[in-house]
Amino acid sequence: MIRDIFTKKKKKYATIPSEQAKQEVPEGLMTKCPSCKSIMYIKELRKNKMVCDQCQYHHRLTSPERIEQTLDVGSFQEFDADMIAKDPLNFPDYKEKSASDRKKTGLNEAVITGRGTIGGMGVIIGVMDPRFRMGSMGSVVGEKMCRAIQHAVEEEKPFIMFAASGGARMQEGVFSLMQMAKTSTALNRLHEAGLLFISIMTHPTTGGVSASFASLGDINLAEPKALIGFAGRRIIEQTIRQKLPDNFQTSEFLLEHGQLDQVVHRKELKQTLEKILAIHEPAGMKEE
Amino acid sequence: MADQLPFEKPIIELRNKISELKTFTIEKEIDLSGEIEKLEGRLEQLEVDIYGNMSPWDRVQIARHSKRPTTMDYIERLFTDFMELHGDRLYGDDAAIIGGIAKFEGTPVTVIGHQRGKDTKENLKRNFGMPHPEGYRKALRLMKQAEKFSRPVICFIDTKGAYPGKSAEERGQSEAIARNLIEMAGLRTPIICIVIGEGGSGGALALGVGDHIYMLENSTYSVISPEGAAALLWKDAGEAKRAAETMKITATDLKELALIDDVIHEIRGGAHRNVDVQAGYIRQTLKSSLTELTKFEKNELVNKRYEKFNKIGEFDHVNGVMVDE
Repeated sequence: MIRDIFTKKKKKYATIPSEQAKQEVPEGLMTKCPSCKSIMYIKELRKNKMVCDQCQYHHRLTSPERIEQTLDVGSFQEFDADMIAKDPLNFPDYKEKSASDRKKTGLNEAVITGRGTIGGMGVIIGVMDPRFRMGSMGSVVGEKMCRAIQHAVEEEKPFIMFAASGGARMQEGVFSLMQMAKTSTALNRLHEAGLLFISIMTHPTTGGVSASFASLGDINLAEPKALIGFAGRRIIEQTIRQKLPDNFQTSEFLLEHGQLDQVVHRKELKQTLEKILAIHEPAGMKEE
Repeated sequence: MADQLPFEKPIIELRNKISELKTFTIEKEIDLSGEIEKLEGRLEQLEVDIYGNMSPWDRVQIARHSKRPTTMDYIERLFTDFMELHGDRLYGDDAAIIGGIAKFEGTPVTVIGHQRGKDTKENLKRNFGMPHPEGYRKALRLMKQAEKFSRPVICFIDTKGAYPGKSAEERGQSEAIARNLIEMAGLRTPIICIVIGEGGSGGALALGVGDHIYMLENSTYSVISPEGAAALLWKDAGEAKRAAETMKITATDLKELALIDDVIHEIRGGAHRNVDVQAGYIRQTLKSSLTELTKFEKNELVNKRYEKFNKIGEFDHVNGVMVDE
């Protein structure tokens, strides 16, 4: 019966990632930077990888946009695109909220996984989308990631993960919590196989996602000024009864405290990945 | 009586009445034994009714009971030759997690657990059982040590969660938890986890990636506290009772969902009513768990652990939809 609800509407959910990316461009020609309030052409902003050329504010990217920016043109092959959330706890409104996020985003879940190439080098990639249930990790996110990691192990390819998530998905209770363990056990397999894992934290990477796979890269990178942390700012302020500094839990704060290898500007991200991949090429990577 | 819980009120009242009658019997030398016997029968029935029909929220209250036995209480009763080992060798020693080496039924083991305090003073020292990164890193150090010497690891889980503080974030709370998850996934020695009180989110899971996961009957395990969930869902922390029911956080619910291996029976009214007896129940579970796990070779153990976690999750498919590349 649950299945019926989804299958009835299935046609609406079928989307082509590249088209999806186009839909994300707001109507009209101009837009305003939420950070410095400069007015700019949307076309220019897109050309600039969705980074404000005045203040370098990194606008949020949808997962299809991220894939487009990161992988070689036409190289992406998606895995498990048809996987959708179940409602194991019969949680109030969960089914409806998932369905409305599917409709709103054109995505089936909060992560896209697949294989592709970067600078001609084969990779397995996962990209989270903060628009879908705040990018939270439930069973589908965990399962898709683990399957992607399994592909990496079988194909002896590096695994690249772009995190963008508010944490565990509350509506799936302990199922969500256990996805932290599940993704970590899968990453352990990747590790044992001697394969590279690059974690890129984007805005925001918090809670259970920050406290599991996102922190476990052989190399941990982040985009500038992303919010990254375990506990929420308000909870910490309530707990310690003091105001936190403005830069608290930003990429730059994490770099300063030894939690990141580098903060990388979006414009340099692809080159940086190419460089890392090339250095690791002999360590079990195959040319496409 | 600070440690009586609201739902226990009828039991406590009847129990008080019985003891009043008993005192009366002695003081006034009137024989009321018939009356007392009848009331004791009623008390028995009342306990069966109330404790046998506890709501998830009642169990949350028991799991948080100020007298609820802690890791230390069980260590004293279950192990011999326990020696506490301190510090993470990196920053400090977190009293919110204790750990060390000991013998269980003659076998060397490593024991680790969250440690709450029993009074305000001890709670301040132990940060209410909410660890900083150094606590998790100490736990990891002891686990790696156990692996080196092929000792099984036994983890007691009892925390509201990892400490949400400034210093914890600065020292990498996320990384500390995440590191434990991946290292436990690959640890080449048996790991047995027992939730004895509250299993609060990632801070609990950081000691929870085990081959066998058990929960005491009145303990809870959740991705967020009922209060936190209620605040997010219904903008009202007062709805915690409803959230506790919705979120499936009790031992029996989680066993039903196959998220844990088994429920360890508690004595009627909760573990705090007789710690010795409760420790005995845990002992039985630990014995059979160890017997089973020590049969496996190290690689087999790690593979089984992978499979155990890899199958957790519920999902559907949108039939027949193809997504263009």
